[in-house]
Amino acid sequence: MTPKIVFDNVSRRFDLKGSSFLALDRFSLDVGDGEFVTVVGPSGCGKSTALNIAAGLLEASDGRVTVDGRPVSGPGPERGMIFQQYALFPWLTVRDNVEFGLRIRGEPAARRREIAERFIDLVGLSQFADALPKTLSGGMKQRCAIARAYAVDPVILLMDEPFGALDALTRVQLQDQLLETWSRERRTVMFITHDVDEAVYLANRVVVMAARPGRLQEVIEVDLPYPRTEQIRLSPEFAAIRNRVWHAVYHQPPAAQAAR
Amino acid sequence: MNSVAEKPRAASSAGRPAAFDYGSLALNIAGVIAGIAIWWALTASGAVGLPRPPDVLTRFIELAGNGQLLRDTAASLARVLAGFLLGVLLAIPVGFAMGWYKVARALVEPYLQFFRMIPPLAIIPLAIVTMGIEETPKIFVIFLASFLASVVATYQGVISVDRTMINAARVLGAGDFTIFRRVVVPASTPFILVGVRIGLGSAWATVVAAELIAAQSGLGYRMQQAQLYYDLPTIFVSLFAIGILGLAMDRALQAIERRLTIWQERI
Repeated sequence: MTPKIVFDNVSRRFDLKGSSFLALDRFSLDVGDGEFVTVVGPSGCGKSTALNIAAGLLEASDGRVTVDGRPVSGPGPERGMIFQQYALFPWLTVRDNVEFGLRIRGEPAARRREIAERFIDLVGLSQFADALPKTLSGGMKQRCAIARAYAVDPVILLMDEPFGALDALTRVQLQDQLLETWSRERRTVMFITHDVDEAVYLANRVVVMAARPGRLQEVIEVDLPYPRTEQIRLSPEFAAIRNRVWHAVYHQPPAAQAAR
Repeated sequence: MNSVAEKPRAASSAGRPAAFDYGSLALNIAGVIAGIAIWWALTASGAVGLPRPPDVLTRFIELAGNGQLLRDTAASLARVLAGFLLGVLLAIPVGFAMGWYKVARALVEPYLQFFRMIPPLAIIPLAIVTMGIEETPKIFVIFLASFLASVVATYQGVISVDRTMINAARVLGAGDFTIFRRVVVPASTPFILVGVRIGLGSAWATVVAAELIAAQSGLGYRMQQAQLYYDLPTIFVSLFAIGILGLAMDRALQAIERRLTIWQERI
């Protein structure tokens, strides 16, 4: 696989009242084209920092991120992002939210509508195309946000704990829907989560990170076939990988022992 | 996508106004009638030196009939609207500039905080000396009152726009101007409308005081004249006119506010 996203020794420092702290320490990772990578780790491990740097919303203090060989220097529609808080525009209907990026790009109205229709349908919100976000449940809001990200045809989807605010049942449903969407509209996905099960269920590879300073701990291959099903979720193979990831997340060596 | 039994949260109640609350309205009316009854009872005996409801009604019919009430109301209303519209029209761009540009905020904020502490009425003597006793000083004072009330609300609205929403627009390809026009402006509309309503309240409060000091027309002037002749019914008619007009304008703004912010989640 050709690497789509390359994190090359990326570090990020934050200054807090005179003292500075290292949120991300020399993070390196290659994400292949069309790959689904999940990133899991305790809070403070820099997983969101790494994602925001790839999105261009944060600058790296050191090192760089390249997408298709070009260094990232700001946000761009080729890198779609999905936020935990949905970040829908509450004054716009589902359809207008999905059309937002297309309108910025200057697409004519007929074309906007056609594209929006397609992605609203893909996430199963056709019935609610003219509804305002306040009338939607959390899961439906996030599906709308996914449609909005897809509509501008990004090559990469960056997802920052997108299902973190949802109840367990809705979360499982959305995981299945996301994988189905992804299998139909294949994109490179980098997905942040704090849920070990979710990380294993979705991914080709799970990236485990450690905190203080935020750094790469271990990359674990998930050698399970797609489409992922309930059967796979309950299989001993899944459990074995889940256990490995669990140990990597919850039994991390203290920061002092980590290579500095 | 497989279909899921996920229900929209409030689809049934969304966009449809709640059934009109006739019970509350009946109580409102009962309260008003009771108030008038108590007023009548207290004044009928002559124990309180206030006019009785029929006296006020007679004066109202008289003043409405000879056109004086209409002229006074028109004069006050014209001052309120002129000052209020100027104030709000200036407050919105200034509030946006302050919220959006740090430089603008730092330049304007000391003046704003300072003038906010001075009651607009305290400016009246200065305004009369420098601007004369015509319309200008009155409109200026009303303008100042509504400007100060609205500008702070607009500024608050701009700085409290959710960062994540701005980031969402940026990753969809929006530049600064697009973010301003398509995210910051709609997101701060509810704040601005609250400011506009407060501004209207200040404008009414100020117009009457301005007319008490120097005017040849208006509801405040009429009260001032009536005071000289111990003409209490006229004072009452003017007070009612001010209250009812203020209430009507506030209700109209409230209706506009509801229409423009229908997308807001209400608790």
